[in-house]
Amino acid sequence: MIRLSAQVHGWLLLLPAMVLLAAFTHYPAAATLLHSFFSTPKGERPAVWVGLDNYQGMVEDPVFWQALTNNLWFALGTIPVSIGLAMLMAVWVNGKLAGRGFLRMAYFTPTVLPMIAVANIWLFFYTPTYGLLEQVTGAFGLPSHNWLGTQNTVLGCLIVVTIWKEAGFFMIFYLAALQAIPPALAEAAAIEGAGRWYFFRRVVFPLLMPTTLFVLINAVINSFRLVEHIIVMTKGGPDNASALLLYYIYEVGFKFWDSAYASTLTVVLLAILASAAIAQFVFLEKRTHYQ
Amino acid sequence: MIAKLKRLAALGLTAACVALLPTVAAAQTTEVSFYYPVAVGGPITKLVDSMAADFEKENPGIRIKPIYSGSYQESIVKALTAMKSGEPPVLSVLLSTDMFTLIDEGAIVDWTGLATSPDDQAWLKSFYPAFMENSQTGGKIWGVPFQRSTIVLYWNKEMFREAKLDPNRAPENWKEMLQYAQKLTKRDASGNVTQWGVQVPSSGFPYWLFQGFTTPNNVVLMNKAGNQTYYDNPAVIEALQYWVDLSQKHKVMPPGIIEWGTTPKDFFEKKIAMMWTTTGNLTNVKNNAKFDFGVAMLPANKRRGSPTGGGNFYLFKKSTPAQQQAALKFAKWITSAERAAQWGIETGYVAVRPAAWETVTLRKYAAGFPPATVARDQLEFSVAELSTHENQRVTKALNDGLQAALTGTKKPDQAMKDAQREADRILKPYRK
Repeated sequence: MIRLSAQVHGWLLLLPAMVLLAAFTHYPAAATLLHSFFSTPKGERPAVWVGLDNYQGMVEDPVFWQALTNNLWFALGTIPVSIGLAMLMAVWVNGKLAGRGFLRMAYFTPTVLPMIAVANIWLFFYTPTYGLLEQVTGAFGLPSHNWLGTQNTVLGCLIVVTIWKEAGFFMIFYLAALQAIPPALAEAAAIEGAGRWYFFRRVVFPLLMPTTLFVLINAVINSFRLVEHIIVMTKGGPDNASALLLYYIYEVGFKFWDSAYASTLTVVLLAILASAAIAQFVFLEKRTHYQ
Repeated sequence: MIAKLKRLAALGLTAACVALLPTVAAAQTTEVSFYYPVAVGGPITKLVDSMAADFEKENPGIRIKPIYSGSYQESIVKALTAMKSGEPPVLSVLLSTDMFTLIDEGAIVDWTGLATSPDDQAWLKSFYPAFMENSQTGGKIWGVPFQRSTIVLYWNKEMFREAKLDPNRAPENWKEMLQYAQKLTKRDASGNVTQWGVQVPSSGFPYWLFQGFTTPNNVVLMNKAGNQTYYDNPAVIEALQYWVDLSQKHKVMPPGIIEWGTTPKDFFEKKIAMMWTTTGNLTNVKNNAKFDFGVAMLPANKRRGSPTGGGNFYLFKKSTPAQQQAALKFAKWITSAERAAQWGIETGYVAVRPAAWETVTLRKYAAGFPPATVARDQLEFSVAELSTHENQRVTKALNDGLQAALTGTKKPDQAMKDAQREADRILKPYRK
């Protein structure tokens, strides 16, 4: 009897979290998968089972492939740089230097700003002829360039905005991790005659690995999750050159009202993110040193 | 389990709503909820609220509930999701081009069946015909024009003077616009452009501005039934060639995709001498341009012309007959000559009925600020904005093609042929 009530007690404690998780995570994911096998209901026409038709359409959809490729480049461009930069900034503001608090705040500011506002500011940075970027390049006598209006520079421009926005956020995690490293290690290394770079490479970097793993997962998710700056700055243009997967899903779902195809694309996105997370946990976990 | 939870949540929400609005059910009033987007600057929400209050004063028994619903895009998302969850608004202002989408979703009813009295019939006929083109299909009227606009050309008179052009005369036709733009484009010693002759934005919705080229070239982009497009018509390709040549061949327009949002700013910063944008920007330009400017109709080629744009009133199907009658009354009231004139002056939109332009208020305003009448005069030459079944998707096919041509990745004829093929694929089910 006592055992049973303890059981019930335990489940009751879990209930609020479980309800939220089921209602807002598990149910939508399962429903998405289900919807991807049906047609889009429209007016009087109800949804009917179409099997893999939506997936067939997706494979033949050039915009899907372009959005996916763009997204991979976007991930490749943002993740390593923002993590590297975050680590560098963290090491820098962890040292003893004047105005440290101010510097930390300055690095963190982009994270606090709403993405919509940020994107609007950057829109004017990139404006041809009188934007900030153009004024700098113009001062060096370089010809004017339409940064967001040309296929081969637009994605790069979005990558820069994202790095600027994310690096400060990741820095906070590294800063916390750095401060958790006992100073005794640095002293011991100094006595042994280890150089600063050697100390960083062999002591600090391995100790930061759990943080790096966490940050890496976040960075991967973010690279597939961020979409606001595209809506504000390019709307996926020119000619889909800056369309990312989630933006395309939004377009299909809420502009074309093709909810079945949007579900199909979402399943792909879920699969990518799930496999990325699993891969990171399985492979990197082994190489990560927890204290 | 999940269904039950959902029902519980819905019950909770309903209870909360009922608690918030205790008087609605009690009195014998008809409530008309009304979604509206805001797409231009200024205190629009205040204006709508005060208009609704005025209407309620004159019509006791009807309660108008205006709900600000964001941009046009957000508004249709909200209206359609509200409908799918069973609680659509009674009345909503949405893009005139959303008509086919709303019909296909089974979301709206037509006004023709509702406005049956002779007075109502006369009212439906009292709008500018150009605005009605996008408001009817299959012999029925589905949208009532409300906040409508069109594209016009703005020019900087000072720059015209510097280039030894008549500052009070805008280019009349394509040839002149090119000649003017060539004279107005300035380069520094190293060949970098410091001032562009003309700028036609091409981000977001280039198809709309493109209609400013196709219409003068005497060609339409779609049929009235909304199931056929003519993207690869030679006259369409020719129009695109002219647009592309402005930047790629003649180099009088900035290369690449030109941002819609920053175009007025480029004009204020004196980086461009002429720009194409909506009449809805008129009040914005009036307040921010620190120089003399002019407003003109778009230059002609084989004929004159520009597409219309903006939003119509739609009536949602899932409403009671009493609500529909009340909504009709409100739509008639807010588009009455006096109200349409007031709306036009305070927002910059074109007053939607000729009668509005006969009012003292609007005549006085137009006399003091002549550019306000340019858009009205252009209506005579205006055509419907591109709108088909599966509108956004068919439009995107064209947008992608236009952007590919403007950035030089595809030749105009190739781009338009690809766009047409895509549109044909999408529209096939609607041709039965």
